[in-house]
Amino acid sequence: MASQVNGVDLRVSIGSLNLKNPVMTASGTFGYAREFSPYVNLHRLGAVVVKGISLEPRLGNPPPRIVETSAGMLNAIGLENVGVERFISEKMESLQGINVPVFVNILGDTLDEYREIAARLAGVKGVAGIEVNISCPNVKKGGVAFGTVPEMAAAVTKAVKAESTVPVVVKLSPNVTDITVIARAVEEAGADAVSLINTLIGMAINPRSRRPCLANVIGGLSGPAIKPVALRMVYQVAQAVSIPVIGIGGIENADDVVEFMLAGATAVQIGTANFVNPRASEEAVEGLAHYVVEQKIGSVRELIGGLVLP
Amino acid sequence: MSQFQEKTQIIRIERFASDIVRLTLDSPGIASIAKPGQFVMIRTGNTKDPLLRRPFSISQTSNGKHFQILFKVVGRGTSLLAHCREGEFLSVLGPLGQGFRAHCQGTNCLVGGGMGIAPLLFLGKHLSRKCTQNPPLVVVGARTEEELTPLVQDFKELGLSVHPATDDGTLGHHGLVTDVLESLDLESDCQMYVCGPHPMMTAVHLFCNKRNYACQVSMETSMACGIGACLGCIVSVEKGGYAHACCDGPVFEAKELLWQVK
Repeated sequence: MASQVNGVDLRVSIGSLNLKNPVMTASGTFGYAREFSPYVNLHRLGAVVVKGISLEPRLGNPPPRIVETSAGMLNAIGLENVGVERFISEKMESLQGINVPVFVNILGDTLDEYREIAARLAGVKGVAGIEVNISCPNVKKGGVAFGTVPEMAAAVTKAVKAESTVPVVVKLSPNVTDITVIARAVEEAGADAVSLINTLIGMAINPRSRRPCLANVIGGLSGPAIKPVALRMVYQVAQAVSIPVIGIGGIENADDVVEFMLAGATAVQIGTANFVNPRASEEAVEGLAHYVVEQKIGSVRELIGGLVLP
Repeated sequence: MSQFQEKTQIIRIERFASDIVRLTLDSPGIASIAKPGQFVMIRTGNTKDPLLRRPFSISQTSNGKHFQILFKVVGRGTSLLAHCREGEFLSVLGPLGQGFRAHCQGTNCLVGGGMGIAPLLFLGKHLSRKCTQNPPLVVVGARTEEELTPLVQDFKELGLSVHPATDDGTLGHHGLVTDVLESLDLESDCQMYVCGPHPMMTAVHLFCNKRNYACQVSMETSMACGIGACLGCIVSVEKGGYAHACCDGPVFEAKELLWQVK
């Protein structure tokens, strides 16, 4: 199987960063990668995106934090993380050893927090890219999510770009009226790529207890249930911007990867599927190589935006 | 940290009551290295719904080849598993988590309730071999006799003395396991290993606190991955904040957890 993968051209580029294949892992679903080392040959992945990091450590939300829904799950983890300093001192070393580009997902409550985290990560060995989570509420603007207002999304992008020495990917929220407006705003602000979609806000209720299933009441929906929505948004955004689009949302296998690439994605991230099948990411790489061989196309890049319209 | 994702064959299905099932799985990779108190994550079907694996504690291993899980049908996932047939294959991840820290000093006492008895069988087997001078006491409770009898039988086959309790009085003491504990003449160097419904574990923890007994508890939470990635399986800890049942547990020192005592 390995030779099959090695012989096939699966390379893609995100800004100045070259990936050996388009399969990345989504933030918050792959820990700090080493959790998956018993199952996955990490060096065979395109890139790894680690759990979202804030300036200060966060405890996260009280339990219950997750609930399964039809073909998906809701989570309200509350961005539990060790904070940027402990991330650098405790987690970076093992990440430096995995021989795969590592994107650090960052988040903040204010523009200054985003700026500070980006500055702190600048020049840290092993950080190949930054992914900016703009779905967080802006505490200085009444808690409106950065990612829902084009000007705020652009401002975060500019702030992070100004401090970063590596490609900056902005992760878009689907909980907006028109995601292409936000995508264009962050492109103009200098984003090297966009990744989408983050989770769709949802809710689950237990009819017996009459209570919400999550302590946070609402949470983010992920998994196969959201794939059609994600595909549609990737398709729209890919036509609205000229920077690379990274597709996320319910991707489980190589066929899903191909679908997102046809819709216009240059790369993809596998998220919730990692929980179900820890080998999902590596299996998608293998399957993609088989697809390229079977379809007799020169490289995987020919798939990008290659949708055949009726 | 050895963990496996194995396709395991169901080699035996036993039904103890209308809604209680024990599966024996052929899984040399997992069975040969599993320790008492560890768990596995099992896919209950091959479709996208239900999507997530379900956690089950390992209730016994045999010959380093097979292990058992014991569960009650509580939802769609367990219902699907209950309808599996012998010979079918299941995708299993494991062994996962930190198990019981067992030793032979003092009086070991296993306290289980309902499906929480499952991992204690594994521990009972381990301790009965390791601590031949002072085999553990077993105190187990369930709703009714038909749920409890097969498990009591398993403990007895290990040569252990078992004190059962049932909610309806059909086997052993009519009442709670904590009543049984109160009635036993326990030494002061007692070490409890507890798994069961949360109210039962809270009661046993309080009992141990009162008498200054050491107490380990196995916590059950919902979880998506079982390997430390989803961060869904938190339990509140005494010093503030949370621990993750999948990696820091599922077995914890009871005094390190934060107990909601009404």
